[in-house]
Amino acid sequence: MINLPISIDAIIPEITLACGAMFLLIIGALSKRIITNTLSYAAVLLLIFTFFLLVSLNWDTSISMNGFFVMDSFAGLIKSAVLLSMAGVLALSTGYMKREEIVAFEYPILVLLSTLGMMVMVSANDLLSLYIGLELQSLALYVLATIRRNSLRSAEAGIKYFVLGALSSGMILFGSSIIYGFAGTTNFTAIAEAFSANPDMKLGLSMGLVFLLSGLAFKISAAPFHMWTPDVYEGAPTSVTALFAIVPKLAALALMMRIFCEPFMGLQDMWVQILWVLSVASMLVGAFAALTQENIKRLLAYSSIGNVGYALIGIIVGGTGGLGATLYYFLIYMAMTAGTFGIIMSLRREGASLEKIESLEGMSKTHPVQAYVLAILMFSMSGIPPMAGFFGKLFIFESAIAGGYIYLAVLGVVSSVVAAYYYLRIIKVMFFDEQVEELQYETNVPRDAVIIVSILIITGLVLMPEPLLIMTQNATASLF
Amino acid sequence: MAFLSVFSPLIAFFFAFLFGKQLGDRGAQFLTCAGVILAAMCSCFLFVDVAINGHTQTILLMNWIDVGGFEATWNIRLDTLSVVMMCVITIVSSCVHVYSIGYMSHDPAKARFMSYLSLFTFAMLMLVTADNLLQLFFGWEGVGLASYLLIGFWNTKHSANSAAMKAFIVNRVGDFGLVLGMFTIFVVFGTIHFDEIFAVAPEKATVLFNFMGFQVHALTLACLLLFIGACGKSAQLGLHTWLPDAMEGPTPVSALIHAATMVTAGVFLVARFSPVFEYAPDALMVVCVVGATTAFVAATIGMTQFDIKRVIAYSTMSQLGYMFFALGVSAYGAAMFHLVTHAFFKALLFLGAGSVIHAMSDEQDMRNMGGIWKKIPFTYALMWIGSLALAGIPFFAGYYSKDIMLESAFADYTWFGHYAYWMGIAAAFMTAFYSWRLIIMTFHGDPRANKEVMSHIHESPKVMLLPLIVLAIGAIFAGAALYKPFVGGSSHHGADDHHLEVDLHHSDNETEHHNNEHDNDAPVLEEDHEDTTAWNRIGFWKDSIKVMPENDTVEAAHNVPKWVKLLPTIMGACGIFLAYVIYLWGAGLAGKFTKLFKPLHNLFFHKWYFDELYNVLFKEGAIGFGRMFSRTDKGVIDGLGPDGIARSAVCGGGILRRIQNGFVYQYAFIMMIGLICLITWVVFGGMQ
Repeated sequence: MINLPISIDAIIPEITLACGAMFLLIIGALSKRIITNTLSYAAVLLLIFTFFLLVSLNWDTSISMNGFFVMDSFAGLIKSAVLLSMAGVLALSTGYMKREEIVAFEYPILVLLSTLGMMVMVSANDLLSLYIGLELQSLALYVLATIRRNSLRSAEAGIKYFVLGALSSGMILFGSSIIYGFAGTTNFTAIAEAFSANPDMKLGLSMGLVFLLSGLAFKISAAPFHMWTPDVYEGAPTSVTALFAIVPKLAALALMMRIFCEPFMGLQDMWVQILWVLSVASMLVGAFAALTQENIKRLLAYSSIGNVGYALIGIIVGGTGGLGATLYYFLIYMAMTAGTFGIIMSLRREGASLEKIESLEGMSKTHPVQAYVLAILMFSMSGIPPMAGFFGKLFIFESAIAGGYIYLAVLGVVSSVVAAYYYLRIIKVMFFDEQVEELQYETNVPRDAVIIVSILIITGLVLMPEPLLIMTQNATASLF
Repeated sequence: MAFLSVFSPLIAFFFAFLFGKQLGDRGAQFLTCAGVILAAMCSCFLFVDVAINGHTQTILLMNWIDVGGFEATWNIRLDTLSVVMMCVITIVSSCVHVYSIGYMSHDPAKARFMSYLSLFTFAMLMLVTADNLLQLFFGWEGVGLASYLLIGFWNTKHSANSAAMKAFIVNRVGDFGLVLGMFTIFVVFGTIHFDEIFAVAPEKATVLFNFMGFQVHALTLACLLLFIGACGKSAQLGLHTWLPDAMEGPTPVSALIHAATMVTAGVFLVARFSPVFEYAPDALMVVCVVGATTAFVAATIGMTQFDIKRVIAYSTMSQLGYMFFALGVSAYGAAMFHLVTHAFFKALLFLGAGSVIHAMSDEQDMRNMGGIWKKIPFTYALMWIGSLALAGIPFFAGYYSKDIMLESAFADYTWFGHYAYWMGIAAAFMTAFYSWRLIIMTFHGDPRANKEVMSHIHESPKVMLLPLIVLAIGAIFAGAALYKPFVGGSSHHGADDHHLEVDLHHSDNETEHHNNEHDNDAPVLEEDHEDTTAWNRIGFWKDSIKVMPENDTVEAAHNVPKWVKLLPTIMGACGIFLAYVIYLWGAGLAGKFTKLFKPLHNLFFHKWYFDELYNVLFKEGAIGFGRMFSRTDKGVIDGLGPDGIARSAVCGGGILRRIQNGFVYQYAFIMMIGLICLITWVVFGGMQ
């Protein structure tokens, strides 16, 4: 290794990703032909290569880059999940982008850059590196939302997302400046020390944390900061929606876990109350607002809002048990969502991609295999055993009860019963309604591979539900 | 052996489901039938081994979850309670599998149907052999899923789809209670394994539990929540509305799931948790009152319906009510006894009705039947046997089990015990009445079907009649054969008393005696001088059912006054007689009676006016969701319960959607409002 004034060992995966993205950008810009497909596959390979680099690293806790960057087993696990799921999302979207004639070669590069932003977020150990990571991923995602340049809806979605996202970034910055004003530092470790030395600054730090938290709540689309989600999910191309639904929330949730457990552990009694409100509001909005949706992408938007509500329960409970349950829950949710979007992107009616739930009518007759796969995914989403989704909910509720949050568990069960209705409605439409127009299922090897992996995870987890939980719990142990 | 009995239906399901096309219809039918019959034979063997020779055991399949304080395993728990259930499930299931070969002979998707039946059988076996609540819940959801698939099997029929959806959603409400019950038990006991729960239940009898700000008795809360789960599966008043609609499914499904096995899962659950229920007397009281009321209400509705399957469905609901009130007075053995006998004769009645429907070219309305008994004498005779057993006519199976339940209720000497007894007596009268109303309207009188249908009437093929004969044997002999082990008295006095009674009556019950003696051989083989006491209910149930000595109503039931024992039989006979008078001998009497009791008849015929009350209360608020159920009957409970909640939920969803109007400034405004609320909360609320 080259001798540098600062150690760069821990950020080799990030550097690789950044350089690779730039390299692909240059190739794309210089190439005479449109080579989006080739670039996409190259980006998938780059993500997988980065994943192997990451795995080969030492995951013991180490702080580098002048205290800006932390690497520990928690960051390692989250980054691995982000890299693999991003590779999966890219694999899902190549066929779809080609079919929809969205030929922007920037697409895979923007995906890579947002991945880089998420990795920085997850490893942030300072309010500044947090902000840089967050903005990098957000800016890339704003552009992705508008990638279908000639579509009014796509443009509208992108603008909406950008304006509201800027507002939330403003909140985060404002909150950070308040925190800096009181604590005199932006470093996570130093903030914790400053607070324990001088507990009088509690009110000031709380104000700052509320702003920070509101900004982050926007990123994970927790109610009441969720308003953008259905519109953006509906307007963006489906492959981008899949990306929004699957990956960024994991990074933002991980970031929240880190700032709660490290700099702001002393304010626990305060942020638990706020998260409580966010969690309950999200679960209820997710369950009830989805009941009247006709558009499948809006439905999934509300579903993701509700799922974030469940995930927040584990953070409220805290400890390795609670955080481990949250990660476990969200990883399963990502697998389920990937499979669901995979099926939706593969289906077309009259040459157009699928939007309405009604369009699934009679799918069990024409495409029985796909219908059963989607049915399994929906059963899993609604938490019916023996699918993986059941275990996610089981462990979340179990941790809530063990932590004494019985109301939360009861509200969670109630809203999951309500939510079961709209998941089952999809099954009903597929299996029991008569077909009006013909559906086509387009096979695409990478996409089908992702669907198969997703379904294997969901059905296979019943055999061994606990190793993954132990893994997530061990990873979160490094936060304490 | 245990593996074979539980997993052979699963294996059969997999092959029939995945390779249905390659196997062909014949192959799939053979495979599934063979799987279930094999399971039935193994179960009978296990019954001898476990219940009679006393080899109670728990087989560990695998460790499943072990995280922190939460632990769950896959087990096969074999004790008397579970092997009794296994025998009932596999034997009835075998009969239904074989019967389905004939009944579904015109259906294009035979392999799928047979595989669903096998899946159901497996899930049910999983449920009864569970050793912890989580495994039980898996089985519980599994049977729910299989039931959903089978009710909606004819998915071109709109009403079948609605019924399937309704059954699933109503059951989710019950499951919600079960899940909360599981949570409560985990909080109170710190474990979900049965043995550990039952071992410490006496110590927890005084624990109070803080729920929503109230101090409640922890075990009562847990038991009531479990009972809500049981209500959903067993169609007790409150969550019963799905069962009559479930008759939209094929008839073999009704016989297997909605008469003999799945609907009795609730009874099994309460019996399984008898060591906990015994310490929650208030919960038992609720169980008893709900059961008795269900028995009565369902019987009144059954008297007025015209669809042959719905009559039997309401009868099932009524009989389940009987079982629940027996559980409520701690007569768990009696309830299980009735569960077994009921499984035989009710499956027989359903399959018999299926045979009639088959013969009548899919006609289900009794007003369009009549005068066909000479054309299908075999079915006719079998329906008689089933009805005699159901009505509790002496020496048929139902007589023994129904009497012991009523006597136990009487012998409880509490207000709810007496309430249950008199409700039960009234229901016994009505049971006999509607059973013979069914027989007379279906088989006697002038033919009311059109000529074309009448010319097609034919006796069912052998493959359908053979299972009926097996079930009929059960319906005749099961009561006498199982009386002593299930509910026999612990002293010689009780047992002898019964023998005297039997001897007094008739001489042609030699077969039953013979049967009794045959079964008696088993303990004698053990050459233990205790065998006289070993072969009664205490030696039979062992630890699988727990009754506190002061609650032992089954024991007390052997010493009730003579009139208490005779009254059910007399009422049954009166009911039969009245049915003959009204429907066969007195032409036009039925119409006159209807006029005479018009208000009452209307009340019963309209299912206690649930529909009308519901309309008044909820018609205004109805949006979208109602479309799904608009065809099926909407009871008031339906309206207050699942439908009502969903309806207001859809309303609420509409409001949320109006807020979501797409204007960016408004979204930003809401975000700022949220932020301000949170800051206000933190500064003025949370900090103090």
